[in-house]
Amino acid sequence: MLIRTTSQQSQDGELNRFRFRIAFAAGTVVLAFAIVVGRFVFLQVFQHEYYTTRAEDNRISLVPIPPNRGVITDRNGVVLARNYSAFTLELTPSKIESLDQTIESLGELIEILPKDKRRFRKLLEESKSFESLPIRTRLSDEEVARFAANRYRFPGVEVKARLFRQYPLGPIASHAIGYINRINKADLEAIEEKEQGPNYKGTEHIGKTGLEKSYEFHLHGETGYEKVEIDAGGRAVRNLSRTAPVPGNNLTLTLDTKLQEMAEKAFGERRGALVAIEPSTGGILALVSTPTFDPNLFVDGIRSEDWEQLNNSPDRPMVNRALNGAYPPGSTFKPFMALAALELGKRTPAQAISDPGYFTFGGHTFRDDKKGGHGMVDMYKSIVHSCDTYYYMLANDMGIDNIARFMGPLGLGSKTGIDIDGESEGVLPSPEWKKRRFKRPEQQKWFAGETISIGIGQGYNAYTPIQLAQATAAVANNGVIFRPHLVKHITNSKTGEKTLIEPEPLRTLPWKPQNIETIKKAMVGVNKEGTGARAFAGAEYVSGGKTGTAQVFSLKGADYKGHKLKQELRDHALFIAFAPADQPKIALAVLVENGGFGAQSAAPIARMVMDYYLLGKQPKGPAKEDEAAIEDEE
Amino acid sequence: MPPQILQRLRKRLVENIDGPLLTIALVIMAFGLATIYSATVYASNRAVSQLLNMGVGMLVMWLIAQLPPQKLMRFAVPLYVIGVILLILVYVIGVKVNGARRWLPIGITRIQPSEILKIATPLMLAWYFHKYEAVLRLRHYAIAGLLLLVPFALIAKQPDLGTAILVGAAGFYVIFFAGLPWKIIVGMIAAAAGSAPFIWSMLHDYQRKRILTLIDPTTDPLGSGYHIIQSTIAIGSGGPFGKGWLQGTQTHLEFIPERHTDFIFAVFSEERGLVGNCILVVLYLLLIARGLMITANASTLFARTLAGSITLSFFTYAFVNMGMVSGILPVVGVPLPFMSYGGTALVTLFLGLGILMSIQTHRMLVKQ
Repeated sequence: MLIRTTSQQSQDGELNRFRFRIAFAAGTVVLAFAIVVGRFVFLQVFQHEYYTTRAEDNRISLVPIPPNRGVITDRNGVVLARNYSAFTLELTPSKIESLDQTIESLGELIEILPKDKRRFRKLLEESKSFESLPIRTRLSDEEVARFAANRYRFPGVEVKARLFRQYPLGPIASHAIGYINRINKADLEAIEEKEQGPNYKGTEHIGKTGLEKSYEFHLHGETGYEKVEIDAGGRAVRNLSRTAPVPGNNLTLTLDTKLQEMAEKAFGERRGALVAIEPSTGGILALVSTPTFDPNLFVDGIRSEDWEQLNNSPDRPMVNRALNGAYPPGSTFKPFMALAALELGKRTPAQAISDPGYFTFGGHTFRDDKKGGHGMVDMYKSIVHSCDTYYYMLANDMGIDNIARFMGPLGLGSKTGIDIDGESEGVLPSPEWKKRRFKRPEQQKWFAGETISIGIGQGYNAYTPIQLAQATAAVANNGVIFRPHLVKHITNSKTGEKTLIEPEPLRTLPWKPQNIETIKKAMVGVNKEGTGARAFAGAEYVSGGKTGTAQVFSLKGADYKGHKLKQELRDHALFIAFAPADQPKIALAVLVENGGFGAQSAAPIARMVMDYYLLGKQPKGPAKEDEAAIEDEE
Repeated sequence: MPPQILQRLRKRLVENIDGPLLTIALVIMAFGLATIYSATVYASNRAVSQLLNMGVGMLVMWLIAQLPPQKLMRFAVPLYVIGVILLILVYVIGVKVNGARRWLPIGITRIQPSEILKIATPLMLAWYFHKYEAVLRLRHYAIAGLLLLVPFALIAKQPDLGTAILVGAAGFYVIFFAGLPWKIIVGMIAAAAGSAPFIWSMLHDYQRKRILTLIDPTTDPLGSGYHIIQSTIAIGSGGPFGKGWLQGTQTHLEFIPERHTDFIFAVFSEERGLVGNCILVVLYLLLIARGLMITANASTLFARTLAGSITLSFFTYAFVNMGMVSGILPVVGVPLPFMSYGGTALVTLFLGLGILMSIQTHRMLVKQ
């Protein structure tokens, strides 16, 4: 066709315009797909590695397997802390829509007491919501089965087998062993500081006090890991590999549990402390602080009513008096003063003073407990009968600097370095100490009159029972002073290798043997014919001791009749001792708070402990207070 | 049976079928089946039921392909009117699922009327332009725009932004191929850009959130950004050659959401890599190219505009879905054509194929 009609022309034009639109559309399609392909190239070629890592991170999860905590046994193999496996019912709050409703319906299957709910609430406040928290522990087999049958109804609720810490002997030696509890923020910081963070993944408990705390990193062990493939819901699909955990190391203590138990019982209801040390090693045989508490209460998170009871009790059972109670040593200070006098040449053993029953210094009268005085008093008599005047004079002659210089190396007024954290320093008074202690210049000055009462263990003197025990052991051990310690050896759970905690002689004090003999002899005299004689009457071994009374309440010269005073105003009773005298196997310090005179309540406890340790004698009931001892005491 | 009858039967079966179009679609579907199998292998496997859907779809395709376009035209108005009425009914008695009112209960089952509009809207508009072909004025484009706006707004309001966009696009393609002046197209684009803030204020919160998390998915990694992040990881970790069939960790550990439906491309991409992606894109390009050829050869305005719209709809589905899964477009519920699992969507796609085939095989009849 050569000639086209106009209609045909317009039709052709329209068709061309239409075909142009198709071409335009095709171009758009190609361009759009090119953009998409460009995106694929970017993701799959240039960012491939990055996304591969992301996919792997998605896929693989390291599930920590917490190790078994090390076991603690005493020197004879008696188990003090161990683990047992039990089923717990645990909730993961982040996976649960309504906690209250879930707990209520769980309560229909498994008994959940109000106290369990309260404890759970407390845990909930302290932890992150994606953690799994126990609401019931120690499920019975029947309860586990009942839950298993209804499991599908409770997403986010699981029954887990967990290891629990158990202290089979309950309150016995609880101040020494301590307890574990759930890890809190401060613990986490300590863990991070030690760069133990990865090792504590999956661990929920940590030692809070005592040996459980100080040997935490020995007891904990190494966390194992399970490499698992997980799906988007976080469920493990299959295991890829497993690194077994290494159990924590076991601790064997120097402690003798039987002795410990017996000593705790000897205190009865009384508050106080006792530290018994093996003088030749520094190994602690008994570390008593009464009242005690049951560490098992803390393991699953302590119930608030239990905590309140422990925390608010006027007897303060949570305070470790053996390490944190600083008391004036009273007359137990005298043997150390006498030794200082001999070493510094201020006295000879035979040099005697005439005791009128008082000592006057700077217009102030320092009284002796015995009216009219002890007459002529030499060193032996001054210790055996605890003559105050002798030591008022001696302190005055020696001066505070000499006293402080002698007592410091004995470990008085400084930390003993026992393998439990947080012991107190106590106070070894000196002009320097006073300057540090007080702020106002008029208070900072040391008065010579203050030295006088230091001589009889009063005044600013304040020592912990463990310091007194260490000093006593040093005398018993002829001047070789050891760091007191509770752990005898650490057993590597993997290799079985035992690391002995070597007895660490801190220093050997350069005392002359004859001087030590003089003091020991005088201390033997105390238990034979002096203030300790009634308590040690009929003992089948020779022992040395010294009674002491620490003033709680100043009577300003009035007659002290301890048994007539209110209990909380009575003096603290002290006693230090060692036995057998020729080759001491045990040295100890006893303190009975508000126990009155040392001979009255502290010495009888020491006797019981020594009878048991040296002869195996089992006492019948707590030590009795010796009312008769009051009359001829100090 | 005598051979003649057999031969006639075969002829009857295939005479209205477009070979290239069907072949390309079947290849894509083969990929789809394998991917659905992989995505659901550890759950209830959907590959077999998808095969069933395909059977139903092909039957629908065959039936539609037998109808000449003139007959198809007769369905335009009733289908459109019924579709719009159903959409309004959804508004009144619809069932709410996941916060959106999309479903209409019919006896024991329920249907999504918006699905009907995917075909009914372009059909209606194509019919409309065909009817006024001789006297086409600007106002006809305006009326066509209104006809499009009604179902678009109703669906967007459900809210179902994905389907609304697909219906809107399908309608727009018809208007475009009907010769909407370029000036107006450019003006509309300018107006759209200008009114973007206004549209933003009209969007639902969840739609805004989707757009915001698209710009930076990491702002909400566990919430609405999760899907995009996980599908992007799947694609990226697939690398150039993929992890292999049934080997995708993102897929099999269930990190990819909607694995066998809207996000099936992430599964495919993880297991087949860039190579697989390019093959798939080429297949879509071939499908669209064949569709555009049919469009170019179509003899009436009705056939041209409808064929063009259907073809470009395939493109829109594929582009929006791949763009969304790979993180360059917002997440809107759009399935990947011939890949995603789902009976209704597949039947609608086959319906589109059937129409294209009808247009292709009946063009001579029209000319005569």
